[in-house]
Amino acid sequence: MPATLSTVSYVGATILFILSLGGLSNPETSRRGNLYGMIGMTIAVLATVFGPQVTSAGYAWIVGAMLVGAVSGIYASRIVRMTQMPELVALMHSLVGLAAVLIGFANYIDPAATATFQGPEKTIHELEIYIGVLIGAVTFSGSVIAFGKLSGKISGKPVLLPARHWINLAGLLAVIYFGGVFINTHSIADGMTPLVVMTVISLLFGIHMVMAIGGADMPVVISMLNSYSGWAAAATGFMLNNDLLIVTGALVGSSGAILSYIMCRAMNRNFISVIAGGFGTEGGAPAAKGAQPAGEVSPITAAETAELLRGSKNVIIVPGYGMAVAQAQHAVYEITKYLRDKGVNVRFGIHPVAGRMPGHMNVLLAEAKVPYDIVQEMDELNGDFPDTDVSMVIGANDIVNPSAQEDPNSPIAGMPVLEVWKAKTSIVMKRSMASGYAGVDNPLFYKDNNRMLFGDAKKMLDEVFVALKAA
Amino acid sequence: MPQLIGVPRETAAGEKRVASAPEVVEKLIKLGFRVAVQSGAGDAANFADDTYRAAGAEIIDDAARLWASADIVFKVRGPSMDEVRLMREGGTLVSFIWPAQNPDLMQALAAKKATVLAMDSVPRMSRAQKLDALSSMANIAGYRAVIEAAHHFGRFFTGQITAAGKVPPAKVFVIGAGVAGLAAIGTASGLGAIVRANDTRPEVADQVKSMGAEFVGVEYQEEGSGVGGYAKVMSEGFQKAQREVFAKQAKDADIIITTALIPGKPAPKLITAEMVRSMKPGSVIVDMAAEQGGNCELTEPGKVAVKHGVTLIGYTDLPSRLSKQSSTLYATNLLRLTEELCKTKDGTINVDMDDEVIRGTTVIKEGKITWPPPPPKLSAAPAAKPPAAAPAAVATKAPAKAHGHGGASAPASAKSTAIVFLVAAVIFWFIGANAPAAFLAHFTVFVLACFVGYMVIWNVTPALHTPLMSVTNAISSIIAIGALVQVAPPITETADRPTAWIVGVAVVSIALVSINMFGGFAVTQRMLEMFRK
Repeated sequence: MPATLSTVSYVGATILFILSLGGLSNPETSRRGNLYGMIGMTIAVLATVFGPQVTSAGYAWIVGAMLVGAVSGIYASRIVRMTQMPELVALMHSLVGLAAVLIGFANYIDPAATATFQGPEKTIHELEIYIGVLIGAVTFSGSVIAFGKLSGKISGKPVLLPARHWINLAGLLAVIYFGGVFINTHSIADGMTPLVVMTVISLLFGIHMVMAIGGADMPVVISMLNSYSGWAAAATGFMLNNDLLIVTGALVGSSGAILSYIMCRAMNRNFISVIAGGFGTEGGAPAAKGAQPAGEVSPITAAETAELLRGSKNVIIVPGYGMAVAQAQHAVYEITKYLRDKGVNVRFGIHPVAGRMPGHMNVLLAEAKVPYDIVQEMDELNGDFPDTDVSMVIGANDIVNPSAQEDPNSPIAGMPVLEVWKAKTSIVMKRSMASGYAGVDNPLFYKDNNRMLFGDAKKMLDEVFVALKAA
Repeated sequence: MPQLIGVPRETAAGEKRVASAPEVVEKLIKLGFRVAVQSGAGDAANFADDTYRAAGAEIIDDAARLWASADIVFKVRGPSMDEVRLMREGGTLVSFIWPAQNPDLMQALAAKKATVLAMDSVPRMSRAQKLDALSSMANIAGYRAVIEAAHHFGRFFTGQITAAGKVPPAKVFVIGAGVAGLAAIGTASGLGAIVRANDTRPEVADQVKSMGAEFVGVEYQEEGSGVGGYAKVMSEGFQKAQREVFAKQAKDADIIITTALIPGKPAPKLITAEMVRSMKPGSVIVDMAAEQGGNCELTEPGKVAVKHGVTLIGYTDLPSRLSKQSSTLYATNLLRLTEELCKTKDGTINVDMDDEVIRGTTVIKEGKITWPPPPPKLSAAPAAKPPAAAPAAVATKAPAKAHGHGGASAPASAKSTAIVFLVAAVIFWFIGANAPAAFLAHFTVFVLACFVGYMVIWNVTPALHTPLMSVTNAISSIIAIGALVQVAPPITETADRPTAWIVGVAVVSIALVSINMFGGFAVTQRMLEMFRK
């Protein structure tokens, strides 16, 4: 295949990738979007393999390696449970990061790749290698830690080293210093030392960064790593003078960046403060700051819950991470279906940061066959709570905390929340009275129109369903 | 400094409504505003001064002082010329204005450098429904029209068989099935009458039926829906066919309620004197379009007249006759508007002309007449999609809003914008001055791709954020190309090339990335299969 044809194929692949992302604007067109992505990828890979840069000597290697990867990838995609999606995505980001590191090193030790560069071009090329490896290494180690945290292999609590900002700053300065050293070396062997040192620092930085971030900030981290994996691809594209890689990397990078931004705004927090880690940790225990709400909590039984639900016209269910942990989405669906058949208007209110990754709740509910048109965003239905008879909170806490609106001293003040307390009755399903991730007590529990349904979400929902059917 | 919202007493004769209710005052104060109510403003609507005071409002006795001190004035009816004189220079007024019918008032307000939001000009969009005062008032008027008719009608609405004889049910014919018409239909059928209704817009037939009435169509092919879901002027042929239908109905019906209005035009004359004459004695016509001239030739606006034995009710203050209800709903409409104007909840309004709802409602902006607004982009009749990428020209902010992420993103201050531009300029200059041409070509592609990504991603629905991440993840395995070109490049082997290392590393990379590539697309497909209606 001549070089021109291969370039044109790249243009085609680029367009298909853009269409693929565009397709996701609507569930109707999303499947076609994914198909575009696959076609684009196939075209890109084939155009490269049969293009001028690969000779037939490599075919066996390529086919073998891709076969191994394809089998493992497809296997993983089949067995993964929808509650595990955040882990899987994190793990996959780490692969892209690792690949970026490996490709950078391979490119550096290849004298043929740099032979044509002179003067400033050579400097730029080396800088591109350096940055590519840097981003790749941070993505890799950060994603591995994120995977560990999400799968519960590492504690979800933020690990905060003393003087951690200084450690990060020192790391950054070291990376810049070694960058200078690296560019000024004259042989590949000399340059290896700074490159390896930088890689190690970047790996440590990635670990440190994600370790310092707590469980509920995970949506931001995941989307940020998503962004990084894109920038790593773009940096590799610069290194290899490949526009397809640059464009695709930039698309993925900006996608992740926008998602991070949306997540941060949904928590009313600034991106830097999330990445810097911890949560209001500078002053010690945040819970002490908010006023302690006083009052009685009123518990409710599953049978009474069923009674309430049966007597309502409008119900809004607000799911959170607790629903994912308890695997309760199927039980939720059974109840939803029953109530909808009885003419009750049941809807779902999704907070942007509910769960552990953007859109996590939507995927879980979709898995449980909940039709997507009754699953609505916070902004779409927040005004409807006053007309709602029962709002049911399943395993969520901070995203329904009224102190975000009412108590200016609360650590979560100003965070947009679902106003479940405005419904005639709100029911909170919870295992115990423990406070949420933010460590803030929730005045919702003490409100007059609130009822607490204690117990494991799945077990209690099953009981509610049985009670519903019994009557 | 929070702005002061003033609520004066309505001065129009017979107007019993008031522009704010105590419970709404409380919410306005929560938005950060201060509220002043003229003493006695709520009397006719059964809201005492004390209840306003308890809600946190200041009570001001004197209208002149209230007008002078208020930054924003909430009214029901448009101001009289005297009131305009009292108004503060550069103030803001929210009320009904009817700019087409009141050019003098518009000029006077413009001369005051005022900003005026006309509640009659709220665009008909689903987002604006909560502040659509025309609809909320029309609903009340429709109800009251039936009650007035019942009052003047000498018989039961519902049919009964009593020991004293059989009572036939009343027959009610409603012309125009807008909000008022539908409310009238619902009320009349609730009282037990046989209701028929007509409208030039065929798509409302289902709504008519759902309210319990029979739809009487005109057998003439012409689509009657205008822009924004309102009716439009029909052709001569249609009007003739329509008159025949009405003439037939007039002979049969006991009560006719007319609600036909065309925006910005006098009400169409639908019921002729001839038809009135053909009606049974004791029949009632309620002409809800009396204020715009009336749908019936014989209507006397504002009055009840008996002609040819038929009672013609031409009240123009039907909502005002249910003053407490209409004041509460109108106050809530104003509250919703205020929320739109004050997204920051800091007690100051921002008349954002880029917001389609606010743009449409604002008829005068700081002394400049901005009415009529550009035509709305979407008709309210079909279940139109939200205006997703419509305002793409102002893309940096607008697409965000289109998907409900918008929130309070007030335009960045000039200073911070300037700093961003300055930093960007320095970086670009640095790159331009130092980088070789080959790099710049790639750099151009990179920057443009970032922008394309930005545009595309804002359109992704939040429900699909997880699939978005997994598909972008799969797409980022395009990095495989980097490894592919390293496996067997078309070069002559040199002694110092560690070929085994390079091939080894590249093959490992390909395997790793392939996991991502195949796994990512496969799992995305699996997820997307699950999304169903």
